[in-house]
Amino acid sequence: MSVLEVAGLAKTYQRNRKPLEAIRELTFTVDAGQLVCVVGPSGAGKTTLLRCIAGLLEPTSGEVRLNGEKVTGPPRGMAVVFQEYGRSLFPWMTVRQNVERPLIEKRLSKPDRRAAVDEALSAVGLLDSHDAHPWQLSGGMQQRVAIARAIAYQPSVLVMDEPFAAVDAQTRAELEDLVRSIWQRLNVTIVFVTHDIDEAVYLGQRVLVLSNRPTVVLEDVTVDLPAERDQISTRSHARFAELRAHVYRLVQQAKKGLRETSPTL
Amino acid sequence: MIRRIVAAVALPVVLIALWWLLTANSTSYFWPPLADILKVLPDTWFGERARTDIAPSIARLLIGYLCALVIGVAAGVAIGISPVLRALTEPSLEFFRAIPPPVLVPVIALFAGYTGSLSKVITIALGCLWPILLNTVEGVRGVDEVLLDTARSYRLPRHSVILPAAGPQIAAGARQALSIAVILMVISELFGASNGIGASVVQFQRSFAVPQMWTGIIVLGLLGVLLSLIFRVAEHRALAWYRGWRDAERASR
Ligand SMILES: Nc1ncnc2c1ncn2[C@@H]1O[C@H](COP(=O)(O)OP(=O)(O)OP(=O)(O)O)[C@@H](O)[C@H]1O
Ligand SMILES: [Mg+2]
Repeated sequence: MSVLEVAGLAKTYQRNRKPLEAIRELTFTVDAGQLVCVVGPSGAGKTTLLRCIAGLLEPTSGEVRLNGEKVTGPPRGMAVVFQEYGRSLFPWMTVRQNVERPLIEKRLSKPDRRAAVDEALSAVGLLDSHDAHPWQLSGGMQQRVAIARAIAYQPSVLVMDEPFAAVDAQTRAELEDLVRSIWQRLNVTIVFVTHDIDEAVYLGQRVLVLSNRPTVVLEDVTVDLPAERDQISTRSHARFAELRAHVYRLVQQAKKGLRETSPTL
Repeated sequence: MIRRIVAAVALPVVLIALWWLLTANSTSYFWPPLADILKVLPDTWFGERARTDIAPSIARLLIGYLCALVIGVAAGVAIGISPVLRALTEPSLEFFRAIPPPVLVPVIALFAGYTGSLSKVITIALGCLWPILLNTVEGVRGVDEVLLDTARSYRLPRHSVILPAAGPQIAAGARQALSIAVILMVISELFGASNGIGASVVQFQRSFAVPQMWTGIIVLGLLGVLLSLIFRVAEHRALAWYRGWRDAERASR
């Protein structure tokens, strides 16, 4: 059953009184419990798409439906991890308070909140830093706080916008595995935007490749890799290399302005 | 820490010493020796007058200031988050801010009475309102978009993010307003008041009680220092996060 339906979504910004067509037409669905990655050239409108899904931006036309209901504002049960994670943490709160704040709004009892925060923080390996303020942490740690906040919220849909763009390779690999394990454990639907093709193929069950602006879906690639993924064995899988090469070619073509493909793979 | 305290106290000590020395043998009627002034200070202020003059002055100051704080922050947040309201109010706000607050004293006295407390409270509140209001508007406008989006997507009330995020700028306005409040407290009393520190100074001057007049100036100075000290301690505690955050931002650049 599809949780998320994006139908005929289009977004045109007004910039200096001139229209800027960011998204021409996007249509796709995401099934419950799926992990879908979105890749596309920079400026393709990935963030715009996520903001529409998250109910933070009104599309110019078309609609987003969540569990059959049209999204008109931030929906219940959705958590967003923003591209600018450092700026999305509340600097006046400690790490613990940052993770706990949305749970207070959800009216969880104090012991429940404590348990949820502790669990989320240990999942991202930050339990020791719970008393620190976000600005006392490195970029990678800040990103993990933002992720901890999202998973403690126990969303049914988790939306992430290039969450690992600014962390080192080692941390990145760890965080990728963290996302996979959270996804398997919590049975959450994930839409994951990245510009890293390897990451998209490694993480996703599907990779949605977007065209250049004005954006359409170039191809919806199914990642038919085994469900158990491992940084070393999965990445050295022959099929991984094929998928990676395929998506890579698509993105290259997208950058050159290709807007339609015939299904090849 | 000790060095900072020494540095802060050094100049006042020098100035007081100078005042003491220069007036020590003064026979001038208008410049009595500092020793004489200090001798009459406790009797002048810390007896009956503490209740009849100092207390009413401070009460009016605090009531006016707190009114300005509540109204200024509330209106500032409303204007800051609404582009429409901003466009409507900004030119008039600039106009009102440009009016020097002391000029309000006679005008307000006309409506609210010369001698009562009401006109003083209104004067103080009005004078303090603009720096608080305008700084709040500025602070609210400057709140990071990503922070607001985060609050929205977790369905947090908007003000729960806006108020702390704009806190540093609101505090800057509140600090400016505090010194304005002290000035207006005195000025409003000079114009006519049945009691208060400023009224007492006028009374001493008229009755040629010159040393007592000087003690009034000293008490006002001390009051100003005390208020700003209290403010700073409160700000220091409430905005500890801001100093850390700002230093971290600077270091990362
Ligand atoms: N608020 C806005 N007003 C006007 N134009 C905008 C606005 N936000 C985005 N755009 C434009 O819309 C296009 C898509 O932007 P978007 O941020 O969605 O791209 P993106 O795929 O997320 O890029 P990146 O990979 O760099 O994060 C860009 O050309 C951008 O300049
Ligand atoms: Mg983006």
